Amino acid sequence: MSNWFGRQRALMDFAVSSLARRKGKTLGLLAVYTVVVFVLASAMLFSHALRREAALVLAGTPEVLVQRLVAGRHDLIPASHLQAIRAIRGVKSAEGRLWGYLFDPAAAANYTLMVPADDAPAPGQAVIGSGVAQVREAAIGDIMSFRAHDGQLVSFTIAGIVDPQSALVAADLFLVSETDYRRLFGIAADRFTDIVVTVRNPREVRTVAEKIDAALPDTRIILRDEIKRTYESVFDWREGMVLLLLAGAVLAFFIFAWEKASGLSAEEKREIGILKAVGWETGDVIALKSLEGVLVSLTAFLLGYLAAWLHVFQWGAPLFEPVLKGWSVLYPDFRLAPHVDELQVATLFFFTVFPYTLANVVPIWRAATIDPDQVMR
Amino acid sequence: MLFQPAIIALVLASALSALMLVGCLPFAISVLRRWDLSSGAESQVRLEKRTYLVATLVKVVLAAEAAALVLFVFNADRMASLFTGAMCAVGTLKVDPYGFPALYLKLAVFFLAAFWLVLNHVDNRGWDYPLIRVKYAALIALAPLLLAAGVVQLAYFLGLRADVITSCCSTLFSGGGVTVTSNSVAALPHAWALGLLGASVAGVLASGGAYLLWGRGGVLHALLSLAVLAIGLAAIISTISVYVYELPHHHCPFCILKREYDHLGYALYIPLFLGTALGVGTGIAAAARRHASLQQVGPAIARRLALGSMLCFAAFGGVCAALVWRSHLILFEGAPWH
Amino acid sequence: MIGLSQVKKAYNQGRANEFWALRGVDLHLERGRVTVFRGPSGSGKTTLLTMVGCLARPSSGRVSLEGRDISALPERFLTEIRRSTFGFVFQSFNLLKGITALENVMVPAYPLGGDHGALKRRALELLDRLHMADKAHSNAEWLSGGEAQRVAIARALVNDPRIVIADEPTANLDSERSAQFLDIVAQLKAEGRTVLMTSHDPLVAEAPVVDRVVSLRDGLIAGGG
Repeated sequence: MSNWFGRQRALMDFAVSSLARRKGKTLGLLAVYTVVVFVLASAMLFSHALRREAALVLAGTPEVLVQRLVAGRHDLIPASHLQAIRAIRGVKSAEGRLWGYLFDPAAAANYTLMVPADDAPAPGQAVIGSGVAQVREAAIGDIMSFRAHDGQLVSFTIAGIVDPQSALVAADLFLVSETDYRRLFGIAADRFTDIVVTVRNPREVRTVAEKIDAALPDTRIILRDEIKRTYESVFDWREGMVLLLLAGAVLAFFIFAWEKASGLSAEEKREIGILKAVGWETGDVIALKSLEGVLVSLTAFLLGYLAAWLHVFQWGAPLFEPVLKGWSVLYPDFRLAPHVDELQVATLFFFTVFPYTLANVVPIWRAATIDPDQVMR
Repeated sequence: MLFQPAIIALVLASALSALMLVGCLPFAISVLRRWDLSSGAESQVRLEKRTYLVATLVKVVLAAEAAALVLFVFNADRMASLFTGAMCAVGTLKVDPYGFPALYLKLAVFFLAAFWLVLNHVDNRGWDYPLIRVKYAALIALAPLLLAAGVVQLAYFLGLRADVITSCCSTLFSGGGVTVTSNSVAALPHAWALGLLGASVAGVLASGGAYLLWGRGGVLHALLSLAVLAIGLAAIISTISVYVYELPHHHCPFCILKREYDHLGYALYIPLFLGTALGVGTGIAAAARRHASLQQVGPAIARRLALGSMLCFAAFGGVCAALVWRSHLILFEGAPWH
Repeated sequence: MIGLSQVKKAYNQGRANEFWALRGVDLHLERGRVTVFRGPSGSGKTTLLTMVGCLARPSSGRVSLEGRDISALPERFLTEIRRSTFGFVFQSFNLLKGITALENVMVPAYPLGGDHGALKRRALELLDRLHMADKAHSNAEWLSGGEAQRVAIARALVNDPRIVIADEPTANLDSERSAQFLDIVAQLKAEGRTVLMTSHDPLVAEAPVVDRVVSLRDGLIAGGG
């Protein structure tokens, strides 16, 4: 056993020294490899962080959401539905919500207008998201005016700016009072945007939803679990798309790796010939060259992953922002919560190290089977 | 099909692995037909050189399959949230009929590749390569299995459709929900499971010890290793997992791999699988001694493999005992360990 | 200790440029003696040394080493025999560039494992014996021809071989260095090692330390066999 370790140590030492002897080639390969890992890892870390962010948001959303459909389109829901829902056994509470979108011509941006369930601003006041504050250069005490549905001006005094826990969704928020909301859009007092329902026993969510569906046939019921599932697959799909787009780059890299591995310089061939002539076996040379590959792979993987981690979590992923997020004009300025996922690391490993290893096997073998008597010819 | 990074990686890995082994087939056939060590012809020397390539490729395949196995299970677990009614990997694997077959085939490929490498290692130590034809015949047999594993896995992934809500219709009734029923293995009584487990681990340690002492019973050790694998997996599902989760009716063999349970599953599966690979390897190496050139070498390798497999099985038994010991769950009233 | 019977060796077999370097050599070489193979270039003397030294297998015929037939052994086992039995000193020395003389001496022992410290001491001892201790940490490409050869000899001896093979050892040396080389050969012989050399050089063939000269021509033994 100690012999085995001695052999591995000696081979490892020699592998390090041979890599060091070919500095240019080693550093070039390492740089390209690191960049490939960096790009792939950035894409994966970024979309994964977005997914977590979304999950965080969803955790705060209602378990059951009831919307009214008219001719297949989302419509305002009458307050009478509230009573009908509250009467269903198992329902803990049902509340009407008021929300919508407001286009601000001054900023050419859409805001998410909401009436918060508790701590709603007083009439004439508004609380805004950080993104809104930024585009309008608004501070507390400023006044913002909008045209209501009948053309009259409605003015708001900024009473506060939302401290964003998750800036991704809070950036474009515009919180107002119920009175102002109804005045802006001309919505009658007995109408709501939708109804949120809480259920006493989480296991009964599905049953309760079925009962609501039966009692109020003009409604659509959305469960949080369903949204979560959709988000998951949408994010997976996005991540997969990005990987596929990057596949071209990855492929080019493996061709490059193959080239590098098979295009042995005369000097390297001479070295292998000498090693074989002085008593190294084909297996020993394969072990040596594989160790070199492992060293390069691990270094590039660690460097690339670390760089990607810094890129995404420290510097806010400037390279991917426009592609993977942004359903709003207001790009939220936010920092994603750092998180490393084993599955993701394993996947990334498969996308980089495994094909690199494969690209190397045949060239290594070819180099290692140089005839030992070649140096004598 | 779900368009997901881990799935793409798995499909890619098995496609490349299959491609590599299938690429070796023409060579394997020419070894069977033309191998003649007594010849000094250049064609024979070329054949010999190729054997190094094949051995290296199989090593890469083995490493990839081992990693893919972990990725496959991990990914199945992670996808559970995509399917109505699936709570963990078991649910995901039951989403379509190919899930569990894909897992079993992957396990089979892993073990057979490991056995092949033992065979290769032993054969390489005999100066006349006495097992070369057996080895390459085995490789030809391994290739279709690898292909099948890849195809079944692909069928499994193609069959996956997430229950996605859309905005045009009510989504309430999406999917009927997958039932995760406990199967017959989970129903194995706890006392039986623990008893069989103890007996089989003791048996495999005894047979390994006997081989170390008297150089006999290598094949028996191999058979017992396979028995420990089967019994060990059954015991993990029926009893050990229950002790870990401390829930009498949770029988999942995968959840123990998760972070919530401190990745304990690895401490069970790695020694169990490694022990089985080494244990069966013992049998292969021990049986090889009937070839003149392996008379000394075969048993020497077998001894080392036997020792390795005994250490692994002892570790497996130890971890099982420790999990039962530290659990707060009491399955047996008045059991001596409580 | 080494026997060859009807050894033939072809290169590029089955192709248009097929070439038979050896065409049936019978030879017996004894333990502890110094033998020189001479002949014009292309006579097959170097090919003969590669057969004897387990660097290559004969296309046909038998090679036996200490009574064991090694002609049908695969490369893996030839290498095992080679690294425990033979030490090679090549014509152009073939040192690895970019690493020190000391490391060059140690390289053949790396795949064997074993204690690194002991290996290093053994290598330094060998360099010291060949008066190269002060150059141990110089890079190989900075050494002169004579120095490089002595490093190559140290490398050949690091695994303590019973047989030392030298291919045209004096081709790149002046007369004084050649004489020094022959002194080293005498030492090796005194230690009980068998030495096999190829050489054009009359200085080598006529040296008193040489026990036997074998002449080759056109892949056949022409004299001294």
